[in-house]
Amino acid sequence: MTNKNKISPLDRPLSPHLQIYRPSFTMMMSIMHRISGVILYFGSFLLLAWYISILIGAETYQLLNQLFSFTIIKIALFLFTWIFFHHLFGGIRHFIWDTGRGFELKTIEWLARLTAIFSLISTLIVWFL
Amino acid sequence: MAELTLPKNSKIKKGKSYPLDSQSKNKKGFSIYRWSPDDDENPRTDYYEIDLSKCGPMVLDAIIKIKNEIDPTLTFRRSCREGICGSCAMNIDGVNTLACTKSINDVKGDIKINPLPHQPVVKDLVPDLTNFYEQHKSIQPWLKTKSDEPDEEWYQSREDREKVDGMYECIMCACCSTSCPSYWWSSDKYLGPAALLQAHRWISDSRDDYKEERLDELDDAFKVYSCRTIMNCAKACPKGLSPAKAIAEIKKELALRK
Repeated sequence: MTNKNKISPLDRPLSPHLQIYRPSFTMMMSIMHRISGVILYFGSFLLLAWYISILIGAETYQLLNQLFSFTIIKIALFLFTWIFFHHLFGGIRHFIWDTGRGFELKTIEWLARLTAIFSLISTLIVWFL
Repeated sequence: MAELTLPKNSKIKKGKSYPLDSQSKNKKGFSIYRWSPDDDENPRTDYYEIDLSKCGPMVLDAIIKIKNEIDPTLTFRRSCREGICGSCAMNIDGVNTLACTKSINDVKGDIKINPLPHQPVVKDLVPDLTNFYEQHKSIQPWLKTKSDEPDEEWYQSREDREKVDGMYECIMCACCSTSCPSYWWSSDKYLGPAALLQAHRWISDSRDDYKEERLDELDDAFKVYSCRTIMNCAKACPKGLSPAKAIAEIKKELALRK
């Protein structure tokens, strides 16, 4: 038997966290904000590729546009548009909080819902209108 | 760095089961986290069934009943049984709260009970909160003054007193801090919602003369700014307070003072 008094905090088990915490919509939206930020970083290279192709010349530009018209890539671009708006509206939500407003439990839920709704609507507008 | 999974010695195994013999209609199951330092076993989940018609209404009543009548080795902290001491803070049904103010009937099906998340476990539902208390201590949670001491008490206007409403009620139960993923991943650098709410309580106190020094102390890349406004803290607080708002106010004061 081990001496109880000698147990250091490092030897103690760590209580479960992510494994047991009940997921909530606001928590998911926070994680999505982080993930969308990372994807935006890499996705911006797509935009950059587009600009550079213009710089190189008409043929490269057309080649890239052909590439962008593949269904799979179109879907990726569609998702990227959504990620962009998600992060944009998520950012506005954070600006509101930065002013010290919008911390009531009901407001928190609504801000999260509005972020999701606006990001979806904006994406649809960009692609289909 | 965020370690998303549990270390090897913390993985939870299936434990013992104590089903109720009688065909009671008012049966309720409790899955409770168990770990003892007395053997070299991993943590486990034990399952208990009790008859609710012979039990008080709160989760604390149920676990006291289990300890008294089924398994005296079940270990947890409790004291006031009315939501003012903060001792019985634990994770019930996936959310941190006080066992004494959480109604059994609020949870459908079996009730899962775990210790406060991402803390070293002393035994069963008792976490080691040393770091949490150290962080509270680090924000110097007492009145600090430069002016001469008055003959009687430190007077405060009604309006000034109202500025600490929503903060002085904090009972330091640790429900908020241990619900916060940012705190899970960097409790060595990030002070966490509870300590920051307390910090703002003293920053807002009209009698305190060390507001600037207190803000200086907090002006650090991690202590405050690891808050990502995830809002788990405000949702978990059994006293209905908003540490998230207190943290936002600190950030605002840090941003506006220069």
